[in-house]
Amino acid sequence: MMSQITNEGLVLACSAIGAGLALIAGIGPGIGQGIAAGYGASAVGRNPGAKGDIMSTMLLGQAVAETTGLYGLVIGLILLYANPLIGRL
Amino acid sequence: MGGISAGTSAGAMLLSSGADVDFFIHSYYEFELFGQTLSINTTMISTVIVCLILLGLILFARHEIMKDYDEPNAVQNAVEMLVETMDAMVESSMGAHAPKYRNYVITLMAFIFLSNISGVFGLRAPTADFGTTFALALITFVMIEYAWIKSNGIRFVKDLFEPFPIFFPVNVISEFATPVSMSLRLFGNVLAGTIMISLWYTLLPWFMKLGIPSFLHVYFDLFSGAIQTYVFGMLTMTFITDKYAD
Repeated sequence: MMSQITNEGLVLACSAIGAGLALIAGIGPGIGQGIAAGYGASAVGRNPGAKGDIMSTMLLGQAVAETTGLYGLVIGLILLYANPLIGRL
Repeated sequence: MGGISAGTSAGAMLLSSGADVDFFIHSYYEFELFGQTLSINTTMISTVIVCLILLGLILFARHEIMKDYDEPNAVQNAVEMLVETMDAMVESSMGAHAPKYRNYVITLMAFIFLSNISGVFGLRAPTADFGTTFALALITFVMIEYAWIKSNGIRFVKDLFEPFPIFFPVNVISEFATPVSMSLRLFGNVLAGTIMISLWYTLLPWFMKLGIPSFLHVYFDLFSGAIQTYVFGMLTMTFITDKYAD
């Protein structure tokens, strides 16, 4: 059974698993953006006059928090579509 | 990163369903220059289309405004409102430095916005190519460093050793991480939208493609595109203003 797995198949299977694992990085930005949005909402509730400033600050913070998740996404995409490991065989 | 565009055989093998998922960059014409193989590809064509549309809009607005400057018509009102809104945004985040940078920031945001929403019109968004976003981020990087040197003179070298000399490598890395993270943020967001939409169009049965993709286009192209445009412009302005502050 195990002997039927080709080298290429093994690399592709592990790459798919690795891409899935890389996208776990999406958890962090999700939590971070949620916290930022929650505090933004409560800030607007306390001071509705400053809505514009609060919105822009919140969006900026969320965009910066998103970066780590996007690094994970890029690694996942590289593993799926431009696999550098398959060339090493 | 250019490899993502290549659509290698390994990538095709991983898409097990056999359906033809197509969000890659295709090259239409290849030629040799200085020993490198270059190609005219999807990104270039859609960039040219976006630039021509932008140019056309500008020339149309100019024509409408110059027709009768003293009696504003609808187009002139709309253009003035747009420009004033953008000016106020640049003004609020850059303060005294706004006059020098407003042209750059508004041009940048116009190009990025039109690129991001071009998916609605069936183009492959130019910003879904790392080459485009990295070029934009490099221009911003040059502007940031220019602002730093302009405001501090040669003393900007001293800033690299703040707060302790041992922080020098960390400061250098964080300086060079700015364009990388900015370009990857734009690229990742737009490419994620492009992939989601092309997956929806290719992998689902036909009745799922009626009407429902319009919501995806509104979210991924219009909403996400506008947010990312705002974020890119805002980060550009924030980083430039930061360098002037001290």
